[in-house]
Amino acid sequence: MRRLLWPAVVLVLLLALNVFFTPSFFSIQVRDGHLYGSLIDILRFGAPLILVALGMTLVIATGGIDLSVGSVVAISGALACLQISQDAGVFTAVALALGLCLVLGAWNGFLVAGIGIQPIIATLILMVAGRGLAQLITGGQIITVNSEAYKVIGGGYWLTVPFGVLIVLAVLGITAFLTRRLALGMLIESVGGNAEASRLAGIRSRGIILMVYAFAALCAGVAGLMISSNVSSADGNNAGLWIELDAILAVVIGGTSLAGGRFSLGGTVLGALIIQTLTTTVYSIGVPPETTLLFKALVVTAVCLIQSPSFREKAFRRRGRTAPPSPAHEEKVRVTA
Amino acid sequence: MLKRISALVLAGLTAMSVAACGSGGSGSAGSDGGDGSGGGDGSITMGFSQVGAESGWRTANTKSVQESAKAAGITLKFSDAQQKQENQIKAIRSFVQQRVDVIAFSPVVESGWDTVLKEAKNAKIPVILTDRAVDSKDTTLYKTFLGSDFIEEGKKAGQWLVEEYKDVTETVNIVELQGTTGSAPANDRKAGFAEVIGAEPKFKIIASQTGDFTRAKGKEVMEAFLKSNPDIDVLYAHNDDMGLGAIEAIEGAGKTPGQDIKIITVDAVKDGMQALADGKINFIVECSPLLGPQLMDLAKKVVKGEQVPARVVTEETTFTQEQAKQVLSTRQY
Repeated sequence: MRRLLWPAVVLVLLLALNVFFTPSFFSIQVRDGHLYGSLIDILRFGAPLILVALGMTLVIATGGIDLSVGSVVAISGALACLQISQDAGVFTAVALALGLCLVLGAWNGFLVAGIGIQPIIATLILMVAGRGLAQLITGGQIITVNSEAYKVIGGGYWLTVPFGVLIVLAVLGITAFLTRRLALGMLIESVGGNAEASRLAGIRSRGIILMVYAFAALCAGVAGLMISSNVSSADGNNAGLWIELDAILAVVIGGTSLAGGRFSLGGTVLGALIIQTLTTTVYSIGVPPETTLLFKALVVTAVCLIQSPSFREKAFRRRGRTAPPSPAHEEKVRVTA
Repeated sequence: MLKRISALVLAGLTAMSVAACGSGGSGSAGSDGGDGSGGGDGSITMGFSQVGAESGWRTANTKSVQESAKAAGITLKFSDAQQKQENQIKAIRSFVQQRVDVIAFSPVVESGWDTVLKEAKNAKIPVILTDRAVDSKDTTLYKTFLGSDFIEEGKKAGQWLVEEYKDVTETVNIVELQGTTGSAPANDRKAGFAEVIGAEPKFKIIASQTGDFTRAKGKEVMEAFLKSNPDIDVLYAHNDDMGLGAIEAIEGAGKTPGQDIKIITVDAVKDGMQALADGKINFIVECSPLLGPQLMDLAKKVVKGEQVPARVVTEETTFTQEQAKQVLSTRQY
């Protein structure tokens, strides 16, 4: 759990900063039959990022990376909205969109595991081509749909709780169960540690890799449905733009190593929440738009530095304090999420 | 094996980059022949770099350009920059390399164009700016600027607000959803609006953030505004789409858009006009995207070498809720 300490501290600090500017920041009320408040907003708008980051976590755990998730987000929303605008049922539209996402993810997995292309190159192909595909589906237009049922996915509520948050909880629960209660998580980490050694040990490395890319694309697909459903429209150009970078950042903040071999689902969720809280903070404390990116960069730099054991050691030593017990061996201890 | 794979990857990447540069141009070889200083006879080839498709307004603009190019018999090489300046610079460079007769583009941001425009000028290809201006001291870099006067639009929005609240004496709390940071419409609509309302101290802009001209961002930012500023009287959004996103946020907060919070937007796209007619928006300043025909006329003139005015303003109006109801059925976009 120690590994999650620092991200948690940063999240609490960010939330506290908000209270300083907006005293009612923590208040949650029931309005129009659903929960209402800044914290709910963070969860709601953070839900797509959490989903994408969850998929990314498993991909990164195998030592890979998926740059195409942003494009998959756009494709999923575009296809669903196109179907609905052509009078297809919401379930058909959602199933078609998610089915296409699975195919795209399997394609990524095939390029990486089957052909052996480096993940960053293999997924770069879909990142570029996928944007084009999304624009092809929408015809470069913004498709607006009027479907109450579709709106529920990203903008609706169930038992006063935002529906998107429930989806995230379900996906998180299933993923945590599969990877932490069953052997799957260990297999993924093993493949990330050394794919060839794992194969020789009897693990189907290729199948595992194919699966994590398909899972990442499926998560991105659900996130895409949420984003487009929230505003009842599909925007092939802007939906999910740069979300892959936010997702990778969330995974890294959460303490998952980019080298693969270990991962932390809880850390990823914390990381994604930090990023969304940061965005909300920018709006509520009124950082001028011109300096927003700089502000975010400073916070992210601080988060990354504070997470680094060697930096902490140096910083503390310079102040003449006793260094904390050497964290060198702690890194190797595997912590369950 | 490894060699073969890397060769495969290389081939794939090359194909990708070639496709990206070509951007819809099988006709590049043809235009190579009849190029040069853009002489009189033969068809005109125009390279057009669009900002993206960030809103309904932009897509109407794209359509207008494409359709009127067809009608005017001008070969159009269209390139979508996806909101990124580097993409636009790349597109303009490739237009210069393909030696098109005239380049038209809507700059995604105001500054940083001097180098690439000089390249076009050195290649003797005239440049027309559409819809958005560039912030350059050297006005010889482009022939003319066709588009709306964004400062005027901001002023119109401000004037309506001043008129609407002329009997009110207490403070009017305004929140502002800005367009893409650094873009001309965002800068000018903000400045024009601030200039008019600045004359009366009762008008107070309590929060102002960018919503990137998109619905999703407009909604997200407005949600945050509603939490951090409980007492909002007026929303001024730099385009309809952000306003439409904000309306959803306001409704989600249990307030009535158009009544509890008065909403002013700019653009007048169909979805926006519908919301205006439904009483959810109070006032829209029009910013017409249908500048294709004017653009093609100008293009023909500059290719022939005729003099054109340095600034051409598109014809625009404003809409109240009653006016919106009347014209809604006849709106083209």
